[in-house]
Amino acid sequence: MEWNQYKAWELIGFLAKKEVSSREITESVLKRIEERKQINAYISVLKESALQAAAQTDEQYRTGQIDKKHLIAGIPIAVKDNICYKNNRTTCGSRILEQFIPPYNAFVINRILEHRGIIIGKTNMDEFAMGSSTETSFFGPTLNPADTGCIPGGSSGGSAAAVADSQAILGLGSDTGGSIRQPASLCGCVGMKPTYGLVSRFGLVAFASSLDQIGGFTRDVKDMSLLLNVIAGHDKKDSTSVDRPVPDYFSGIGQLNIKGIKIGIPREYFIEGMDKEIKERIEKVIKLLEKEGAIIEETSLPHTEYAVADYYIIAPAEASSNLARYDGVKYGYRSKSEESANNLIQMYFNTRKDGFGPEVKRRILLGTYSLSSGYYDAYYLKALKVRTLIKQDFEKAFKKFDVLLTPTSPTPAFRIGEKIKDPLQMYLSDIFTISTNMAGIPGISLPAGNNSKGLPVGVQLMAGPFEEKKLLQISYALEQIIKDKV
Amino acid sequence: MEYESVIGLEVHVQLNTKSKIFCNCSTQFGRTPNTNVCPVCMGLPGVLPVLNKEVLNKAVMAGLALNCTIADFSKFDRKQYFYPDLPKNYQVSQYDLPICIKGYVDIKTNSQSKRIGITRVHMEEDAGKLIHSEKPGSDFSLVDYNRTGVPLIEIVSEPDLSLPEEAVVYLNLLRNRLRYVAVSECNMEEGSLRCDANISIRPKGQKELGTKTEVKNMNSFKAVEKALKYEIKRQISAVEKKERIVQETRLWDSEKEVTISMRSKEEAHDYRYFPEPDLVPMVIDRQVIEGIKKNMPELPDLKAERYVKEFGLTHDDAEIITFEKEMALFYEECVKIHRNYKSVANWLRSEVMQYLNRNNKAITDMKDLKPANLAKLIKLVDDGIITGKIGKELVIEIIEKDIDPAVLIEKKGLKQVSDEGAIEKIVDEVIKENPDAVEKFKSGKTGILGFLVGQVMKKSQGKANPAIVNKLFEQKMK
Repeated sequence: MEWNQYKAWELIGFLAKKEVSSREITESVLKRIEERKQINAYISVLKESALQAAAQTDEQYRTGQIDKKHLIAGIPIAVKDNICYKNNRTTCGSRILEQFIPPYNAFVINRILEHRGIIIGKTNMDEFAMGSSTETSFFGPTLNPADTGCIPGGSSGGSAAAVADSQAILGLGSDTGGSIRQPASLCGCVGMKPTYGLVSRFGLVAFASSLDQIGGFTRDVKDMSLLLNVIAGHDKKDSTSVDRPVPDYFSGIGQLNIKGIKIGIPREYFIEGMDKEIKERIEKVIKLLEKEGAIIEETSLPHTEYAVADYYIIAPAEASSNLARYDGVKYGYRSKSEESANNLIQMYFNTRKDGFGPEVKRRILLGTYSLSSGYYDAYYLKALKVRTLIKQDFEKAFKKFDVLLTPTSPTPAFRIGEKIKDPLQMYLSDIFTISTNMAGIPGISLPAGNNSKGLPVGVQLMAGPFEEKKLLQISYALEQIIKDKV
Repeated sequence: MEYESVIGLEVHVQLNTKSKIFCNCSTQFGRTPNTNVCPVCMGLPGVLPVLNKEVLNKAVMAGLALNCTIADFSKFDRKQYFYPDLPKNYQVSQYDLPICIKGYVDIKTNSQSKRIGITRVHMEEDAGKLIHSEKPGSDFSLVDYNRTGVPLIEIVSEPDLSLPEEAVVYLNLLRNRLRYVAVSECNMEEGSLRCDANISIRPKGQKELGTKTEVKNMNSFKAVEKALKYEIKRQISAVEKKERIVQETRLWDSEKEVTISMRSKEEAHDYRYFPEPDLVPMVIDRQVIEGIKKNMPELPDLKAERYVKEFGLTHDDAEIITFEKEMALFYEECVKIHRNYKSVANWLRSEVMQYLNRNNKAITDMKDLKPANLAKLIKLVDDGIITGKIGKELVIEIIEKDIDPAVLIEKKGLKQVSDEGAIEKIVDEVIKENPDAVEKFKSGKTGILGFLVGQVMKKSQGKANPAIVNKLFEQKMK
């Protein structure tokens, strides 16, 4: 087995016992990236700085400067390219930021560096995280490692593919409507979106500020708890980051007995026309849980049917505002045509026309429209009210259930090009993941085996706000059951 | 037909916090362009705003100074428009839940008091500054982002003002009250106070308002008055010519002294306000408000009341001395040294304020005017060491230079002479030289005494104690 195939918690054990060096692990990962270039998981591979950091970490291991508080020392991690890493370009998969180099680190980058993680590269993504297939990237689509004719999901398709394909040990992504969980499901790895406010958004290039949340990709639940220990916690620089004590998610991960755990199955997540094999797999998982003594009960989240429509009012509205700053005046791409040089308004038009792709433009227009005077009350304000109803559905459900269980995605990975011309079909890819963002609650996608074509299927668990510890423990228990039986 | 004008003002005031509203950058004025900036105020990708608590405190103070109700719950919104001086192409401002609402101030014109309603006071960030090259044929403009993110409050008045003169009185009052609570320097020339006006006219007695225009780009109180006068005249003459007033924004051209149409209502921005998702709503704690109230500097009306009660000043004196904060503080320093409250008030109102008016100066401009020096001078007069006449001659030197009056009169030999023998000599001389006047006095025309005393003062270079001079004349001319 190659070093790049191990989990982080295994490698940390080997590193501590000096059975492997960070340099060897990093080289192994870099070799894999090189071999699997066609997957296009990365926009930037940071070979030099990663090898340098690995060598430095090895030296620190050797001289005893690494201790238990360095949770991921020497472990290569892939970072989605909308998370700012100082002095390295951060493109958001867009032409408009193709050459943008931030002079600051995102909060999560600082945390990774404090824990001596090795940032191996910046991963591909749908442009400004708008998409469910990573096809809207200016840098070309990422391919699904399980079937290179398929998309990896999105928008964090690069990180999902990298972690699933041994091109990184850990990965970071962002999830606004399912952008971590859906690609994790389609690529066959673990992906988690924490509670809104648990992980600082400072340095995450905003798509929809009230929905965006940074989370991780890992190969198992144990690694996810380790990664969450690294990135969770209050940040003064993010006013929406919540100041509350963060538990140790890693310790005691396996101590929960699934017996007696109450799991709700919202009927709205088993819709007509959903993929039959996915339905069957999820039903099988439910049966296994029941057999292990979990209390399974059907329940209802009655406002689920409005979630996608609601999301496509709120997210584009915020996006239209967040993306207004890309105008060619201060940084990023600027149209240099003669027309642009002579007239400010033309410069704005041409810069944004050339700099943004069609999906981003579509959402900017949607959002600009719904915030316009005369439409605000009918669209945005109404959407906020619906959002409250969706949130209340969950509040009610979590009074009764420890977690809710659903499929992550209504379909397995689809063919490249299959939905890119049909935005509505593409938007429905997130039908099962959007509600958690609307409610601000945590959600995790776990691999539940492959379908008959060998494409991964994911199962999603959701919990109440800041219930990540419980969610991870239940996920771990479920992971063990699936591993043995599915 | 007779018309009346209706005016409402929107006043932007820079709060004098050390750092900007959403980042740690300095707010210092006049620095090298683009040096007071950071990723946050430059709106770089991925950065987030964090509210400077001092801004909230000062906005609350301003609201309290304008008799406003402070909101229990307030939030920020984004006001969106594209302009190169606005790095994010939206301004973080407040839309439907401003921090302060429903206040008022009482203005006085021609000794009549009038209450002007304050609709709202809200917080927002300032934009940068575009610098257009003045060279002909130049094809670029530069942007200075130093001002970006400097905290502002916008104070919106009700349309309760009727005359341009009232608008100026209102502005002055606003300025004084905000300076009193030390939330802003309110310097219109430096741009820390800016004013836009909404103006309409209507036939006298009509209830409903006419179509308003908004006038911008007025850079001094005088410009406000001139621009309002011009705009009212323009609207009246338009209506008289049966033209329709269009709702529009107009710019004041201070050189040509006219207002020029900038954009009509149809071209007006749709700002697409929506709640700022990067900042959490503010729940305002009543106890915090009480704390701010307690620690707030005394406002002018309360101060005036106290001067009447504690110092026995007339209402008129108290009001005039407390009108400007610096004058009031100067007065308080003076009376610490010389406790003749009324006398100090008189000297300030007559000598000092007249000097300032004459020279178009503010008390803060007189860096060498020290309360101790002035108080000592007044005390010298009140104690009879020098005459009032000499005191008034010396006061200008005291205003302009940092000089101890005791040293000054010593040097000039101006000490009052109260030695009866010495004065008697001069009185005798004057009686001898002016027999006609003496006769007149004796025949009952006692008014001539002033002339005789004046002669003595002249001969003594003003140093003779006037009380003794009077006494001696009366004794000698009986």
